Amino acid sequence: MPDFELGPAALRLCVRRTPVPGPGGSFVEVSLRVPSDVGCVEEVVDLVDRHCCQGQCIASRRFRFNLRVAVAEALANAIIAGNGEDHSKVVLVHAELKDDVVLLSVTDEGPGFDVSALPPEPDLPDLEQSNGRGLFLIRHLVDDFYFNPQGNSICMTLRRH
Amino acid sequence: MGFALSKVPGGVCQVRVEGQLIVGNRQELKSVVQEAVDRGERKFLIDFSQTGYIDSSGLGALVSLSKKVREQGGELRLAGLNEDLRSLFELTKLDTLFAIADTPEQALAGF
Repeated sequence: MPDFELGPAALRLCVRRTPVPGPGGSFVEVSLRVPSDVGCVEEVVDLVDRHCCQGQCIASRRFRFNLRVAVAEALANAIIAGNGEDHSKVVLVHAELKDDVVLLSVTDEGPGFDVSALPPEPDLPDLEQSNGRGLFLIRHLVDDFYFNPQGNSICMTLRRH
Repeated sequence: MGFALSKVPGGVCQVRVEGQLIVGNRQELKSVVQEAVDRGERKFLIDFSQTGYIDSSGLGALVSLSKKVREQGGELRLAGLNEDLRSLFELTKLDTLFAIADTPEQALAGF
């Protein structure tokens, strides 16, 4: 999980892209501070997608689709359920972009939730229910995910297959 | 980006989803369709030919709209989903709730 210092809400999306040397070769870190406004979700998804798929990185059509939906889900959850759409709070997005895998975390400033109460296999709601599919989608679109113990940060792994 | 509603032959309201259908704009789609229902429209075709991705909020908006239209004796159909979008409906089993045609023309033919 990233070690962010949470501060006042940013007025603009701000991306920090940093090359990081590592034992398996260098990788790139991308960080964004996102206002708690669902109107920002599409722009953030586009930014993350662009950074994850630029350069020599392999990105299949399905990888990009899964990435975009998963990021949109995690952001919506952080903005609405986590920060309660409080515009004084921000959501932090952090990505480690490697040749074969993308590690993404989305962290809100909310109180979190009881992670131990999460079912190991999120069920689908009744067909006629209009909500309750977010975590189900994340589970099926990413290769792995987990919440931090506090429940205010989700980390997702997507392999570039 | 947005939702373009047009009336096509057969008395069907066709709504093109240009861009994404996600948490940030689902309410706009709901308003566009609800206003048409309030005007007496009963047949709706949501065209995803120009759509990139849909999130769970977008899926939920479609579920909600479909229910409202059916309660008024109407029908809401979907068309133009690419392979990725169709996989979302299959994954969530919503392909069993909606009538989904490959193309808008095919959907309109059976209305």
